[in-house]
Amino acid sequence: MPDNGSTQAKAATANDLAAAQATKRQRIRLLIRAAGMLPVLLLLCAGFHYLSDGRFFTGQNLGIVLQQAAVNTVLAAGMTFVILTGGIDLSVGSILAASAMAGLTMSKLPDLGALWLPAAVLTGLGFGIVNGALIALLRLPPFIVTLGSLTAVRGLARLLGADTTVFNPSIPYAFIGNGSLTLVPGVASIPWLSVIALLVILVSWLVLRRTVLGVHIYAVGGNESAARLAGIKVWAVVIFVYGVSGLLAGLGGAMQAARLYAANGLQLGQSYELDAITAVILGGTSFVGGIGSIWGTLVGALIIAVLSNGLILTGVSDIWQYVIKGLVIIGAVALDRYRLQGSART
Amino acid sequence: MNDPILEMRGVSKSFFSIKALRAVDLTVYAGEIHALMGENGAGKSTLMKILSGAYRPDPGGEIRIEGKPVRIEGPLGGRAAGISIIYQELSLAPNLSVAENIYLGRELSRSGLLARGAMREGVGPILERLGADFLPSTLVAHLSMGQRQLVEIARALHARSKILIMDEPTTALSAGESERLFALIRQLRAEGLAIIYISHRMDEVYALGDRVTVLRDGRLVGSLDKQDIRADAIVRMMVGRDVSSFYKKDHDPEAGKGHPVLSAIDVADGLRVKGCSLTVHAGEVVGLAGLIGAGRTELAHLIIGAAPKISGRLELEGQPIEIRTPGEALEAGIAYLTEDRKALGLFLDMSCLDNINLAVLGRDAKLGWFLDRDKARERADRAFVGLSIRAANTAVPAGGLSGGNQQKVLLSRLLAIAPKVLILDEPTRGVDVGAKSEIYSIIDNLAKAGTAILVISSDLPEIIGICDRVIVMRSGLVAGEVRRTETAPLTQEDIMALATWTEHLDA
Repeated sequence: MPDNGSTQAKAATANDLAAAQATKRQRIRLLIRAAGMLPVLLLLCAGFHYLSDGRFFTGQNLGIVLQQAAVNTVLAAGMTFVILTGGIDLSVGSILAASAMAGLTMSKLPDLGALWLPAAVLTGLGFGIVNGALIALLRLPPFIVTLGSLTAVRGLARLLGADTTVFNPSIPYAFIGNGSLTLVPGVASIPWLSVIALLVILVSWLVLRRTVLGVHIYAVGGNESAARLAGIKVWAVVIFVYGVSGLLAGLGGAMQAARLYAANGLQLGQSYELDAITAVILGGTSFVGGIGSIWGTLVGALIIAVLSNGLILTGVSDIWQYVIKGLVIIGAVALDRYRLQGSART
Repeated sequence: MNDPILEMRGVSKSFFSIKALRAVDLTVYAGEIHALMGENGAGKSTLMKILSGAYRPDPGGEIRIEGKPVRIEGPLGGRAAGISIIYQELSLAPNLSVAENIYLGRELSRSGLLARGAMREGVGPILERLGADFLPSTLVAHLSMGQRQLVEIARALHARSKILIMDEPTTALSAGESERLFALIRQLRAEGLAIIYISHRMDEVYALGDRVTVLRDGRLVGSLDKQDIRADAIVRMMVGRDVSSFYKKDHDPEAGKGHPVLSAIDVADGLRVKGCSLTVHAGEVVGLAGLIGAGRTELAHLIIGAAPKISGRLELEGQPIEIRTPGEALEAGIAYLTEDRKALGLFLDMSCLDNINLAVLGRDAKLGWFLDRDKARERADRAFVGLSIRAANTAVPAGGLSGGNQQKVLLSRLLAIAPKVLILDEPTRGVDVGAKSEIYSIIDNLAKAGTAILVISSDLPEIIGICDRVIVMRSGLVAGEVRRTETAPLTQEDIMALATWTEHLDA
């Protein structure tokens, strides 16, 4: 019957429309989540540009911002892996210091000096794997384990240099700390530190979004019991993420050492873990795990760097910078809660 | 007869569109033990929660205590009305002393400071009356389950409750402890308390009950007086409902009978599973029935390596096999659908696509590491069509789907590994009727294709409707097996009898 047919067709169209609308709404929601704090970053940049009488958007200042963001970006990338599994790594600042000390000490050895870079990175990896093993195999809470290593590794960092500052003005590969990669000669260049940070973000994205391991990381953070029942080796995933966090802290240490030609076990990397955690949370990664993206982390790290830079440009006192940064952390977590309300998790 | 102490008239309770209780009447007298029976989900706990104040009944019904209408509101409402409930999982704080637990929420204080001494003295006489063999200052953590039950009863007496509701109080007790508890319950009855005794166990109801009331599907089926209490009458009242026609069973129950796929031999965990053996053949759907707490899920967890076995072994297609983790079970081709899909199955924030592909990501991966996204998309699309999963697309998070569609997503993950053995734990729990019947026909088709299937279910009509034979567990043991024969179909009565009968009843 033609009548019947047209009704059916109409119903089908209505269904399709509803489905399309649902898809569209879904997409907008995903977009909001993905864009996350990017609008906030752009607003901050514009605001500081205005407040500082146009001193923000200059080639020189942007270079400084990128360079200042670099080490924190690398640490925050590692922290993203950890927080995605629902964990936390408080020890990255200390690991950074110990790795820088190990690297600088190595760089002063006559024949092995050139190996200081891998030495620093592997030192970080080693500490990270110890963290991961304690958490995964002994089933200790991540907060407690990394709180312990925050203190213990700091002590080791001081031991490495006999509690003094180690200098090496002729450290190999010093260019990664202070040199720039020329994009267009005389016009545009980008600090090597920033290049490294961007590469770290790219590789992290590849691992998280394009590998089996990446899905397993999200799965462990989303529902650890279900992950175990689904046959995922949860312990291996946990050791991996803390290993990555340690390795990237080691890389951060190498970056700092190359930039400063020096390291001090007591002072280097103090409270860096807080900036890294802030960047991850600002980036929309959920503190309970399972939700988040590495791009968000990059935006988060940039927000912190822009905030520091902009507050200096506009002449806000050092003391008020602390207050403002602290409020930003709380605001970010509030935002995290708000964002989660719309998702399936309760 | 004297006046009733508790009268419920036309009490209903609905949760959204589901009616958990429909106009239930219940009359309880002082000095009687009133047994309340019914299948899992019959409405016993809803009724109890209304009496405790945890749920508010739908308007229209009436509750009278000692002839006076009452409104029981809030968690303390029940106690204020003179009703105390002892839940299956006891509600004691193990880190506090016996006296502190009894006084919990109504602590004695002297000028703002806790009066521990006075509290200890206050509970002394009650503990003595109950014949307790522990001190008021003992930490509850140091007490046995039987002793803890005594503390709960002491708490009820201390609150001067007139009605005591006990929910399956003997589940965690040894036979000796149960006997002592029964003696105590009779003593309380003699002292004039009304006791509502909820139990699945026929022998307990025989031994204790002055009257039995049976609920089914949220309705009152009827009450029996002491002289009429008979096992067959109660079982008929509990299960007497039609087997709906939507169960699908086209596969040949005789197919592949000679080809055992999975055998568990004397598997035990030392706690909830005490040496169970079972075999599932290719193309066969075997039911695993039993009451909640009989050890069915625990047995499944032992088989798939989700919990450690202390003894027993497994055979897969006649070969001994060692399974220590769920991952090893999946590799061997044994898939398990959890009864708790939200807590133990799905990743609610992840897309349906990822949820479906999770178990085979490694097998599909390119260069051993990189996701094969085309293959994953194809597989998810196939699952959506094959199992008619209804969602906008495969990229939406699994948490946004309805219960039935979530279950089908989870099932797709298991089917992706092409399992030899499929263990389904409550496969239709929280699933709407339409999806239920679809899941039944998926099970039927898998059996036709030669998969060995074990279905754990508390839904007896479902078990009878889709299974070829039913293994019944009771208290961590295989109590027996019910087989379908040419002349006799599977019956709920046979299964319930095996599931509820306890050994000392035979004597």
